[in-house]
Amino acid sequence: MSDIMDIKYAAAATFSSAKELYDAAGKVKEKGYSNWECFSPIPVHGLDAQMGYARSKVPRFTLAGGVTGFFTGMLIVWFMNEFDYPLIVGGKPYFSPIYPFPVFYELTILFAAFGTLFGMFFLNRLPRHNHPVFEHPDFGRTGDDKFMIVIEVEDPKYDDEETVSFLQEVGGQSVQIIREPIV
Amino acid sequence: MSEVKEVEEHEILKKVDPAPWKDVPLVLNNRDYKWVTDKVCGIVESKTPTWWWWCFITALCIASFTGMGLVYLVSTGVGVWGNNNPVNWGWAIVNFVFWIGIGHAGTLISAVLCLLKQKWRTSINRASEAMTVFAVLCAGIFPLFHVGRVWFAWWLFPIPNANAIWPQFRSPLEWDVFAVSTYATVSILFWYMGMIPDMAVLRDRATETWRKYFYGFFAMGWRNANNHWRNFEMAYLLLAGLSTPLVLSVHTIVSFDFAVANLPGWHTTIFPPYFVAGAIFSGFGMVLTLLLPVRAVFGLRDLITQKHIDNMCMITLATGSLVGYAYAMEFFIAWYGANSYEGFAFINRAFGNYWWSYWIMVSCNVICPQLFWFKKIRQNTPLVWIISIFVNVGMWFERFVIANTTLSRDFLPSSWGYYSPTVVDIFTFFGTFGFFSVLFLLFLRFLPLMPMCEVKSVMPQADPHADH
Repeated sequence: MSDIMDIKYAAAATFSSAKELYDAAGKVKEKGYSNWECFSPIPVHGLDAQMGYARSKVPRFTLAGGVTGFFTGMLIVWFMNEFDYPLIVGGKPYFSPIYPFPVFYELTILFAAFGTLFGMFFLNRLPRHNHPVFEHPDFGRTGDDKFMIVIEVEDPKYDDEETVSFLQEVGGQSVQIIREPIV
Repeated sequence: MSEVKEVEEHEILKKVDPAPWKDVPLVLNNRDYKWVTDKVCGIVESKTPTWWWWCFITALCIASFTGMGLVYLVSTGVGVWGNNNPVNWGWAIVNFVFWIGIGHAGTLISAVLCLLKQKWRTSINRASEAMTVFAVLCAGIFPLFHVGRVWFAWWLFPIPNANAIWPQFRSPLEWDVFAVSTYATVSILFWYMGMIPDMAVLRDRATETWRKYFYGFFAMGWRNANNHWRNFEMAYLLLAGLSTPLVLSVHTIVSFDFAVANLPGWHTTIFPPYFVAGAIFSGFGMVLTLLLPVRAVFGLRDLITQKHIDNMCMITLATGSLVGYAYAMEFFIAWYGANSYEGFAFINRAFGNYWWSYWIMVSCNVICPQLFWFKKIRQNTPLVWIISIFVNVGMWFERFVIANTTLSRDFLPSSWGYYSPTVVDIFTFFGTFGFFSVLFLLFLRFLPLMPMCEVKSVMPQADPHADH
């Protein structure tokens, strides 16, 4: 079998400014599409609301990390200086939540930072080194100076002709179908 | 009543002619997005310039001084350094605090200025964060080898060892282990996370296979999708929020190394804020030292504008004045506290056996930056660069003064002594500048020097409500 087959992934339209993308995104949302995404070289201010996205859930991971870090710090100090090998320093109590506070503080920040980074990765479903949208010949430009709207075939409202003409209507340039090759 | 007043104000407004607010653009010459991408990526993608190789080889040679110094130290013993009774810390702590302090400006620019919505930070934050990471690596060398038997340095961490003894958490030096390792880790995370979208740009532009793999690996499959940006921005903001208390705590804890000890000249509550101000001061000095040549060599005048230089100079001026205030306040409290040992410690600082270091410190840290009050001086880039070098020198001497004047003459004259570094001390420290430069040159060559997505975000084209 030497034939390379492909499946249709989505319809994509490019835009040349943040304003065009922003306005078009509002229209796509209005039309009732659900499986679609905007691509841009910058985080476009206000686009989340325009697309109907809720607030990011990264803070939950940060909080979980921070709380874990704080108690890990406490556990370490209590276990090491009071439980496993009591250390007498200056005749003071083996453990108190006050004196090793810098340790809790730093571990809170450390674990919260890891929570934030990995939370961001998890919510963005990264790392994922291959994605059908990379097949678009102009995809690289979305990190440079192009803006793009992609409406997936999986969207219940998707229709080859209708979606393409809709994307042209909202101002999309070079509207095309992205095909994902299957070897 | 209020309506009448409003009308009156309106009348006045009609008469006066308010001066228009001149907003200096952050990217000059109306550049577009493509120009920014080509400029920043071009630095990495172009052929390695000859000057880069010369600098790199020189830096490697200088770095070898640290390598040789450390090999000699490990094979002989920590006695090859000049520290001995009564100055048991010597250059090791001075160099450690110096390098850690340098790092602080990077975090300040990336985190604190982000929270304060200072848009001018965008073009300088990546290089400053790189500086932070590399400076912390240089700092780590000194306490690591100062422990003497470096192969036991892992005992600093709470890892089970054959002696079944754990670290002692009442010690500020142990807090330092946590503070500095957290600082290094979080700085790297923050630096890396900010680079992901730029790595993706480089990945998509790459033509050579190794570049595709290298940038592709670190870009983690970033897609510029709005869903990605949404989580990225939130994570960025949170990391900025976490790094701000972190950066303040790190130098606070470093200052605890001194302030918790019961020695005259060290045992003061002013130390944490004074150390943090000094750290930011020295860090901005180093940012200027590094970025002014980078700006000139790569032709980045449209991105690092006079406004950026002005702002950096003004922060240097503000923190330099704060440091000067702290010096004065230390003297005042030494007198006002009426403790004869404390009083002596400060007289000794300014007029004792290390008087020369004190006055180098004051002239470099307090007097020199006052020149930045003048616009003419801020606009004279070579002069700004020279002043920034003075700031670096002054801040090294500040740590030297604090650590050595107190230790060399504490309570009993019978235990006094004079400390001088050995040639090994000098070589090891000198070499860290080479080590730092090697890392910074590699950064310039292989990683995006500026956060393209952030620079583009502060350009007028980023506004979704404007016509462009």
